[in-house]
Amino acid sequence: MNENGKPKFGMYWASSCGGCEISVLNIGEHILTVDEVFDVVFWPVATDFKYEDVRGYPDGYIDLCLFNGAIRNSENEEMAHLLRQKSKVLVAFGSCAYEGCIPALANFTSREAIFQTVYLDSPSVDNPGRVIPQPVTAVPEGQLHIPEFYNTVKSLDQVVDVDYTIPGCPPEPHQIWAVLQVVVAALTQGAELPPKGSIIGAKETAVCDECLHPKSEKKIFRFYRPYEKVPEPGVCLLEQGIVCMGPATRGGCGALCPQVGMGCRGCYGPLGGVADQGARMLSAVASVIGVGEPEMDERMLEREFETVMDTLVDPAGTFYRFSMAHSLLKRAKIKD
Amino acid sequence: MNNEQFEPVIIGFTCNWCSYRAADLAGTARVKYPPNVRLIRLMCSGRIDPTFVLQAFAGGADGVLITGCHPGECHYLEQNLKALRRTMLLQRTVAQFGIEPERVRLVWASAAEGVYLANAITEMVEEIRALGPLNWPQVAALNGKSHVLTPAIASVVVSEELVEAAI
Repeated sequence: MNENGKPKFGMYWASSCGGCEISVLNIGEHILTVDEVFDVVFWPVATDFKYEDVRGYPDGYIDLCLFNGAIRNSENEEMAHLLRQKSKVLVAFGSCAYEGCIPALANFTSREAIFQTVYLDSPSVDNPGRVIPQPVTAVPEGQLHIPEFYNTVKSLDQVVDVDYTIPGCPPEPHQIWAVLQVVVAALTQGAELPPKGSIIGAKETAVCDECLHPKSEKKIFRFYRPYEKVPEPGVCLLEQGIVCMGPATRGGCGALCPQVGMGCRGCYGPLGGVADQGARMLSAVASVIGVGEPEMDERMLEREFETVMDTLVDPAGTFYRFSMAHSLLKRAKIKD
Repeated sequence: MNNEQFEPVIIGFTCNWCSYRAADLAGTARVKYPPNVRLIRLMCSGRIDPTFVLQAFAGGADGVLITGCHPGECHYLEQNLKALRRTMLLQRTVAQFGIEPERVRLVWASAAEGVYLANAITEMVEEIRALGPLNWPQVAALNGKSHVLTPAIASVVVSEELVEAAI
């Protein structure tokens, strides 16, 4: 342990892609300031500390721990508990830790079905022995243990107490730097930290608020998947029938995706006070379907709506692309 | 659980101008309908946020009934059409969550259709009774360590030959 008096910094990845780590490095030359201010005591992607080192630290030893990744298996959960114990400030960093993100789309299926696909059915798999990982395997020398793969992906705050949340897939570097500055000021000049539980590094307004496309009344007659249409530049994507999660998504990213013709994916999560991002988006999308008149026959109305909705492929996967673990339903029911 | 004893819990949303009056009329006229539905009055079916429906399921409801004025008769012109579009899209969405779309039902009832609404409620209660309990809190609790799902892969273990081959 290097006792140089500097605040201690840790970062960990659970079930994640590694994009959050890259995003931290994307703060550019500011990373030198981070190195100047902090003493890195755990950061698997960048430094060679082991789990055993962390277990050896006194409780609350790490001043700031950025935890990215969802809780997918028992190792993730164990590390969440360990880092909670060893950290003063634990931050759910990025969409996976915050709300499950892409890994949590697996909550639409079961562990069994995932194993079946990954280890047996996938065309690129050659597994004649039908070997499937088991938490415990007996070998002549004794027992081998690997982490248990859970049925349901959870967010960090569903497992341990979380102090702050930084949303995004990944969080935007300028937002990360803004947050780090606040933390550095708190640690070095005694400035105040935001209230516990805050979502930091993001805005209180929707992505639409940051998006430069002019918006007018929306009437959609069919939906397009991204590959089906070249978006008209400078026109609201949702108005063009391209599903854009902007209305239901927290801003702070600078509306980068819609600016380049890709509908907002929804990675900054729901707006403040919204329990379920998917339900909000569903509501918004349903509201702007432009067919049907009140005078129409009831059956005819339904048929008109059906035709438009048929063009919206995979509504649940679209609306809950990032927020599944944190949604009201949390996972799908698997039929026996 | 024996389905004959199963009493479904259904959350029903009514609009102030038509369907609540229909329910009221059913009551005044002493038309009977099963007590399984808990009615909540809103100003308009267009007020129903899909969040309400998901919250009901997450909280343990077995079905959600959405009622409003017939198309063309909405007190707020065409907000009931919004309710229709949202309900239809919600049915498609919850189906992906493994929830039978019949558990979300939309019924139009004018203020004069007390008997019609009572019949629709009776029909829905029977339909949900036949579907059985949804019990979402238990489904959501499949978090983490769970052995509720049938372990279809439990029989597939590393064979001794493979272990030996590996060594």
